[in-house]
Amino acid sequence: MKVLLRNPRREVDVVGPLRVGALLRHLDLNRESVLVIRGDTLVTEDALLDDTDLIEVRPVISGGAG
Amino acid sequence: MRCRRCRAPAVIEVRRHNAGFCSTCFLRHCAEQVRRAIEEHKMVAPGERVLVAVSGGKDSLALWDLLLDLGYQADGLYLGLGIGAYSDESGAYVRTFAESRQARLVEIDLPSRFGFGVPEGAAAARRVPCSACGLSKRHLFNQAALNGGYDVVATGHNLDDEAAVLLGNVLRWSTDYLGRQEPVLPEAAGFARKVKPLIRLGEREMAAYCVLRGIDYIVEECPMAEGNRHLGYKAALNLIEEASPGSKQAFYTGFLARGLPHFRPESEEDRGELKPCTTCGAPTPSGQCAFCRLVDSVAAVGESTPVPVPTRRRRARR
Ligand code: SF4
Ligand SMILES: [Zn+2]
Ligand SMILES: [Zn+2]
Repeated sequence: MKVLLRNPRREVDVVGPLRVGALLRHLDLNRESVLVIRGDTLVTEDALLDDTDLIEVRPVISGGAG
Repeated sequence: MRCRRCRAPAVIEVRRHNAGFCSTCFLRHCAEQVRRAIEEHKMVAPGERVLVAVSGGKDSLALWDLLLDLGYQADGLYLGLGIGAYSDESGAYVRTFAESRQARLVEIDLPSRFGFGVPEGAAAARRVPCSACGLSKRHLFNQAALNGGYDVVATGHNLDDEAAVLLGNVLRWSTDYLGRQEPVLPEAAGFARKVKPLIRLGEREMAAYCVLRGIDYIVEECPMAEGNRHLGYKAALNLIEEASPGSKQAFYTGFLARGLPHFRPESEEDRGELKPCTTCGAPTPSGQCAFCRLVDSVAAVGESTPVPVPTRRRRARR
């Protein structure tokens, strides 16, 4: 499956099927700091992602102490 | 995973509540948390006019959306910070949102109004960008609220922001900052009330809110934030949160209930008397206010030479 990552924007290929939780572990991402979007909606950690899915892993952390 | 409330398939889990939500129930959950924060801390009274400080990011746009839905008279204020393409894009998201909700938007552009953007201001004043930016925001939001006859300025600081600031203040035992880290700063002579209605919601929930509501916001991070301490504190807290969900909320709400009262008196003595700024009239300890000094330091280095905005580097896991 194609996985879009941000900050910086890049795309990686990951072999499916696999669960969202496993994808995040594979990418070494903290699940508190991202959302996983399939197509145009959010999916929970137990969702099974298919090889043909378009996935975005979106960081939710914004900086600035202003 | 199923929705805790209606048993429909869940689209998001909120681990600190040990719950999943469907889209409808999640949006309702966010509105309830904002309503509770406003009531609990007496942030806004019925009929008051609210000025929402909007940046084009997820938090402030979600806040504006939620306040409008809860029936508040909420206008937006967008401050153009002059941070290259980042500012252009952020402004575009804010305008699109305001139009879609038929909401009133006030805009102030730092470069065209004061002749400098955050990068130039920071360089001239020898401050870190976020410090020059923060002081400009505080000053201009407050002035805009007073001039526009608003009762209160609402900002999109969420639970993660407040927990990260708290961690920073505790690590340095900045007792005066700890004494002022309130979700509501009451109005005073020359100051509008400031409130943070998102303190019961985490950063991840705010991003989810925008995705589920179809609100487009700037996902890219401000290029000036690179390497700032705040981000490091957030990453550290998220490591703890991942192992022990609910830690961030316990840390922050525990502080409000049991920590803050111990620091308040000290900071009240510290506050001292304020006099009008000799240039703009805003209250300040003495002479010129920090914002007017910033404006002057830019003028002093001559016609502002544009300072390049840093390009993004790859960042390690956080
Ligand atoms: S990251 Fe810093 S410079 Fe950028 S908008 Fe936030 S406070 Fe301002
Ligand atoms: Zn539901
Ligand atoms: Zn001044």
